Amino acid sequence: MNSFRFALIAAALLAAAGTGTAHAKTDLLVYTAVEADELAKFKGAFEKANPDIEIKWVRDSTGIVTAKLLAEKANPQADIVWGHAATSLLQLVAEGYFQPYAPKGVEKLSPKFVDQQHKPPLWVGQRAYAASVCYNTVEGKKKNLPVPTSWQDLTKPVYKGSVVMPNPNSSGTGFLDVSSWIQIWGEQKAWKFMDGLHENIAWYTHSGSKPCKQAAAGEIPIGVSFDYRVVKSIEEGAPLKLILPKEGLGWELEAFAIVKNTNKLDAARRLADWTITPEAMKLHAPGYSMVALPGVPNPLKDFPKLEDKMINNDFAWAGTNRERILKEWQRRYDAKSEKK
Amino acid sequence: MRAAVVVLGLWLLAAVIVPLYVLLSKSFQAKGGSFIGLANYVEYFSTPALFYSIYNSLTIAVISTVITIALAFVFAYALTRSCMPGKAFFRGAAFVPILAPSLLPGISFVYLFGNQGMIKELLMGHSIYGPIGIVMGEVFWTFPHALIIITTALSLSDSRLYEAAVALRASRLRAFFTVTLPGAKYGLLSACSVVFTLVITDFGVPKVIGGQYNVLAVDVYKQVIGQQNFEMGAVVGMVLLLPAVIAFIADRLVQRKQIALLSARAVPYEPKPNKALDSSMFIFCTVVSILILGILAAAAFASLVKLWPYNLTLSLKHYQFDLMDGGSWGAYYNSLKMALWTAVVGTAVIFSGAYLVEKTKGFGRTRSFVQFMAIIPLAVPGIVLGLSYIFFFNDPANPFHFIYGTMAILVICTIVHFYTVAHLTAVTALKQLDPEFEAVSASLKVPFYKTFARVTVPVCVPAILSISIYLFLNAMTTVSAVVFLYSPDTALASVAVLNMDDAGDIAPAAAMAMMIVYTSAGVRVLHALATRGIARRTQRWRTR
Amino acid sequence: MVIERDTSPGAPYLRIAGLTKTFGAFTALKDISLEVYQSEFICCLGPSGCGKTTLLRCIAGLDIQTSGRVEQAGRDVSGLPPSERDFGIVFQSYALFPNLSVFKNIAYGLENRRLGKAEVRRRVRELLELVGMPEEVQKYPAQLSGGQQQRVALVRALALSPGLLLLDEPLSALDARVRVHLRHEVRGLQRRLGVTTIMVTHDQEEALTMADRIVVMNRGVIEQVGSPIEIYREPATAFVADFVGTMNFMPAVVAGPNRVRLGRIELECAGGLDGAIPGARVTLALRPEDVAVRNVASDGVNGFAARIVDMEFLGSFYRVQLAADDIDKSRITADLSINDVRDLSLARDMTIAVALPRERIRVFAGG
Repeated sequence: MNSFRFALIAAALLAAAGTGTAHAKTDLLVYTAVEADELAKFKGAFEKANPDIEIKWVRDSTGIVTAKLLAEKANPQADIVWGHAATSLLQLVAEGYFQPYAPKGVEKLSPKFVDQQHKPPLWVGQRAYAASVCYNTVEGKKKNLPVPTSWQDLTKPVYKGSVVMPNPNSSGTGFLDVSSWIQIWGEQKAWKFMDGLHENIAWYTHSGSKPCKQAAAGEIPIGVSFDYRVVKSIEEGAPLKLILPKEGLGWELEAFAIVKNTNKLDAARRLADWTITPEAMKLHAPGYSMVALPGVPNPLKDFPKLEDKMINNDFAWAGTNRERILKEWQRRYDAKSEKK
Repeated sequence: MRAAVVVLGLWLLAAVIVPLYVLLSKSFQAKGGSFIGLANYVEYFSTPALFYSIYNSLTIAVISTVITIALAFVFAYALTRSCMPGKAFFRGAAFVPILAPSLLPGISFVYLFGNQGMIKELLMGHSIYGPIGIVMGEVFWTFPHALIIITTALSLSDSRLYEAAVALRASRLRAFFTVTLPGAKYGLLSACSVVFTLVITDFGVPKVIGGQYNVLAVDVYKQVIGQQNFEMGAVVGMVLLLPAVIAFIADRLVQRKQIALLSARAVPYEPKPNKALDSSMFIFCTVVSILILGILAAAAFASLVKLWPYNLTLSLKHYQFDLMDGGSWGAYYNSLKMALWTAVVGTAVIFSGAYLVEKTKGFGRTRSFVQFMAIIPLAVPGIVLGLSYIFFFNDPANPFHFIYGTMAILVICTIVHFYTVAHLTAVTALKQLDPEFEAVSASLKVPFYKTFARVTVPVCVPAILSISIYLFLNAMTTVSAVVFLYSPDTALASVAVLNMDDAGDIAPAAAMAMMIVYTSAGVRVLHALATRGIARRTQRWRTR
Repeated sequence: MVIERDTSPGAPYLRIAGLTKTFGAFTALKDISLEVYQSEFICCLGPSGCGKTTLLRCIAGLDIQTSGRVEQAGRDVSGLPPSERDFGIVFQSYALFPNLSVFKNIAYGLENRRLGKAEVRRRVRELLELVGMPEEVQKYPAQLSGGQQQRVALVRALALSPGLLLLDEPLSALDARVRVHLRHEVRGLQRRLGVTTIMVTHDQEEALTMADRIVVMNRGVIEQVGSPIEIYREPATAFVADFVGTMNFMPAVVAGPNRVRLGRIELECAGGLDGAIPGARVTLALRPEDVAVRNVASDGVNGFAARIVDMEFLGSFYRVQLAADDIDKSRITADLSINDVRDLSLARDMTIAVALPRERIRVFAGG
């Protein structure tokens, strides 16, 4: 009885202490598309450096975060959008969603990571990820599939029904694939390639990481996804092989931008400043092709050097042509099952 | 009392009618918000990828309805008209799908019939991803709904009709076609319309297992979440509303015809043992129950396997939701919280609302309008309701805007989503009360609310309890309406299942779905025990 | 129609004036006026849909009249809600609260009065003793017989000692024996307590045995108000004549002052023909028990020969169908005592002398 009462008092005291500190902190509402398993480490490091701020994540896939932001555009809820696909941020830039800010040390970053159209920049990149292909060695062997080495390989009839890619209409990765193919080959050749690829696609997924997760589970032998996901699955023990098609890799920036009418401007700016510090950049690096601050190495041993294969991505072009490309894509491929 | 009826009417107006109106008007707008008439609809019907879905949705709905009703009818027949053993077990097994989100059968099928499926050979080379998988999943998920309605219809039969048939020397078969079927006709039609509506508006099964086979409900989701094309989402929503409304009206018309099929003097039918019938029914029910439980078991197993199919050691690692994209234990607790709020607030609001509509004197037009509004949610697909809620509540000009992104909007939306069935349950219970209780208490100078608390509520305890569990289970498992409305602080378990599956984390998705099943089942059992306890105290007067 | 009765003492306890109630296009009550005196037992009698229940509900305030006034004990209560009027009510269904014991049902209104617990208990016991069931306090309504439920409903309505007791077909859900028994009990209780009572019923026997005065209603209007004997003996309209008791109706033509022609027979009658023009069509009404067969001659006053077409034994009397050659179509029903039948050795197909007593014939205008 006594110990029970003591426990009650202790709990009450703890609760009081908890609310006490919570009141002193600023809640920063951060919308992000960064994968969930990484969020804790960013939050921990940032809050350690800024004990008076507490990050509240709104985490979802690129398409959903964008949809949410657009739905709320009359009355934005987010304070800062962070770790979000640059192409999608550009779509929101067009809506006048953000306010300019040059974080401390922005001049040290690689220029292609920083918004060049606005001074000070509306958005700043954090790191880049690249389109890549994963190949399940066990299932591949079972089905006698040769290991593909190029994008064009994937259109060969031998792969019929063995490839999965994300639907660009819902996945940022999917759009990255399509836009990079168009940038590599030009519209005509790219659509012809996609027509061929479409013949081999078993199904399109809604999210960009799903193809590799399904490949990891053997549900499909080949998935079109992005580098981080592939490396992660290999780490978890899946019989996967990372393939970097030789024509070149489309890539995308993860970037942040401060929402225009936020009433937590100071906290948002401090997150922006912290993000491009060398310490934060080191946290960004594992599994990613490139981070904004040059010279930060990727700690993963087996991570291949992707930088040379990355195409010269034109975000502005991709942003302005996004809707047209997606419409065309939908017209051609979205009713796959009916065309049989 | 009249003022309360008006308040009730206004709340339904704000929670049902106005959001739908906003959705409708959105479908006539261009992206910027300017009025463009039917242009969106023209675009919709000139995009084959989109309008093919109408055909697909109807096909799936019709096939699923036929299969579900056939299975449920035989099952119900076995439960009510045979003397097979194990009825209680079969009843329980058949009820299981109600405890699961509609995403669960899809997830389970991936493990059973997917490319690495345990028993994929049974599909003889056909892919589970597509119409086959959708139909199988929908049958699983809608089976208990159909079973409940048909069982009720079959148990409402008068044994004297069968005695008459025997006296007239009709064969068993003839009696089946002339007595059993016509007697269950309205129940069957009602079950058809319920299953049809559930299937055509369901989003969980096709989302997971539909592959490239587009259906309307998923189209709404893709338009809005995937393409941020809210206007086209609104158009598809309106298209989706149509078949649901038609099925709903058909059901209403049928219900109206069904008057007092069973006179008060009817003698309930008592089945007599019949070896051939009883054993064949037993076999049938065993097979169906094995299928249902097997689907559940597959998901339970999959959630415990480390890396299907390469590493079959068991572990709880998929239950570490905090490390997964789109899922977290927070979502699970949110779901519990949301379901509890929905059950408590929803039951209070719906029961008092039904009381006001049923017991207020005069005021006819307002009351029938409120009654009508209470019926509407049944015809509104969850996904359409959710979409209309975004438009309505996220408008900063809306005085209720502050609830956007909170737990409150999820609770309100879920209450509205499942309003009708709960409302009708309450109305049925209230109709059984003597209509003069209020007059008597007025003559005894006792205000109506005292009689409500001392007589109406205690007498209706069984109905109130069944409304609360109905709301709780549905709140636990629903995805469609809330998928547009949750915020990071209010992410829900069922949405987490969806998002984890979307991200390809199918094992954690199965794990979360199983958490929902375990919770629903646990609460169901607790509820049954509590019901027995409460009933013992409040329903003593029923025993003679 | 306002009936003034000088015999009743003092001002009326309940005064209803010009009461009209419409439901949409349907008129349930048409300009009803009625006065009820202290301690009177009034029965509203009429076929279903005649408006009698609506009248009761308007008096209670459960339905609000479209126009007209209701005054109770000199107070205009027309606009008051039921809870501010002074009445107790018993419904056909009794509306006992099923989840409350007999005690709690009866105490329901008392408890709300903030009476002490002991006071409530005393009053409930007193009320239950009044109806002779003091043992049943802890039972639930479902455990009582129909008659017991009815008694509980009755004393519950009387618990607050209301000035007016309203009974809406309170006996019609009971089986015949209990019903007859309860008639006496209800009436006895009412007499003992002296509570002014209005009872609605469609059962004429109930009305005739219980009421001080009967209000016969049809299609929303009052046809006649009077004592049971007046209603039975002197029905004011053909409807009342037909509705209360059994009645022979015979079409006839006015033949002269106090004379009518029925078929080929000319009959004398005691009145009801004032101002009627010879040749006008009228309807004669005569109770079956008034047909005379003893000490009459077929050529006497109002006498004629009739053949017994059918005889039906009804226990205490025979119901006999008579046909007369001089009266073409209409059959005459006569209720003849067993003595009459035995003494006259009546049998089917016998032709006997019959007379229609002049003072028992009532004449209504129209054919």
